[in-house]
Amino acid sequence: MSDTLNLTLKIWRQKSPSSTGKFESYKLNGVSTHMSFLEMMDVLNEKLIKENKEPVAFDHDCREGICGMCSMYINGRAHGPLKGTTTCQLHMRHFKDGETITIEPWRAKAFPVIKDLVVDRTAFENIMQAGGFVSVNTGSPADANSILIGKTIADEAMDGAACIGCGACVAACKNASAMLFVSAKVSQLALLPQGQVERTERVLKMVQTMDDAGFGNCSNTGACEAECPKEISVAHIARLNREYLMASIAGE
Amino acid sequence: MTSITKIFTPTVGRKVLMALTGLFLCMFLIEHLYGNLMMLYNDGGVAFNKYTEDMTHTLLIRIVEYGLFAGIIVHVVDATLITISNNKARPVKYAVNKQSENSSWFSRNMGLTGSVILFFLVVHLRTFFVAHRFLDAPETMYESVVIAFKDWWYCAFYIISVLFLGMHLNHGAQSAIHTLGMSNKAYAPLIKAGGMAFALLMTIGFAMFPILFFFNILK
Repeated sequence: MSDTLNLTLKIWRQKSPSSTGKFESYKLNGVSTHMSFLEMMDVLNEKLIKENKEPVAFDHDCREGICGMCSMYINGRAHGPLKGTTTCQLHMRHFKDGETITIEPWRAKAFPVIKDLVVDRTAFENIMQAGGFVSVNTGSPADANSILIGKTIADEAMDGAACIGCGACVAACKNASAMLFVSAKVSQLALLPQGQVERTERVLKMVQTMDDAGFGNCSNTGACEAECPKEISVAHIARLNREYLMASIAGE
Repeated sequence: MTSITKIFTPTVGRKVLMALTGLFLCMFLIEHLYGNLMMLYNDGGVAFNKYTEDMTHTLLIRIVEYGLFAGIIVHVVDATLITISNNKARPVKYAVNKQSENSSWFSRNMGLTGSVILFFLVVHLRTFFVAHRFLDAPETMYESVVIAFKDWWYCAFYIISVLFLGMHLNHGAQSAIHTLGMSNKAYAPLIKAGGMAFALLMTIGFAMFPILFFFNILK
């Protein structure tokens, strides 16, 4: 089996948020199967720079699957074909020699394209600012483990906290809904004693901010869970709905 | 309590409204199937006709009937509003999108299956409900059933529509429970299996009648 691939890359190119983009095709030969997808993109960009062409803009940061910056829609799948991985953790061995790979940015009204494959995910920041926090008293640091939390609750909260905010859930959802993201963040704090103070206010504000950003409605297709690189369960969405209903009925 | 007015306005609230009306319509389906089962007595429609007559003369049923039509209208209007906002949420579509890799066909096509059911409902109401309630059909309700299911195309249309109903319920029933927050990791597989069982039961329950009548097993 050969260790290199010859690929055709069909990439979305868009100069600015306001300009209309289009697909451009690039031939890239001798791609090592051991490369990550982003390293393959680096190779392409070096080639483009040498040819005096504009390199492809794409988001990336840690390249170890925890920062949530990389965000490509590869061959019709968020973060590519592999389950439970970010684009940076996707390796070229999962592609075939001679394959045409279509690479698009996340598509959602709430995630406008900044350039090429880079989208603006400020909407997620706004949702977090609306309620994704706990209030902590200042002063001398509190003792660690002064509040004991049961293992099952801690595990469930951690499942929600595993969200890296990459936006794959929105990208994969047929309605561009942000419910998995918001539910993971609401869950994580609603489950823990530290999150109780803002509990009712939080869910109402975060859902309101989500709506204002122009995300779609959840229709429980489960596409988000299937494409989430952290494999966050849609059970969090049920919890968000529960929290929301309780807050609406019993809230101040 | 100021926020109670806001329950049904944003995304979550709209979905809750879909779920509540959907489950209400599911309860109606059970009641409707219960009525249909009267025809299995094969007594020339005595039990079935008595049941339909009793239904029209019960005050509570007449009140619920208005609720039922309201439920259908709210379910359809809300679905339309949700679909419009969903389309707005993704103005530029993907060139390549492999949705079959991450979600079921049923879950992605509730609008299609729902539209077929709505069309069926109009025809179905015209054949039975409107004919008897408003147009004073000379035959009994049971005779209307016998006449309708003599036509092979009416039977085919009925069975295909019921199949679409089954597809709609397969996703809809469990989705509604999820939307109302009554699900977690432990119960989710049970709720999904229950939704599928309900969908199958309703499909078989309703679809058997055109077959039984067409082949003269019921007369």
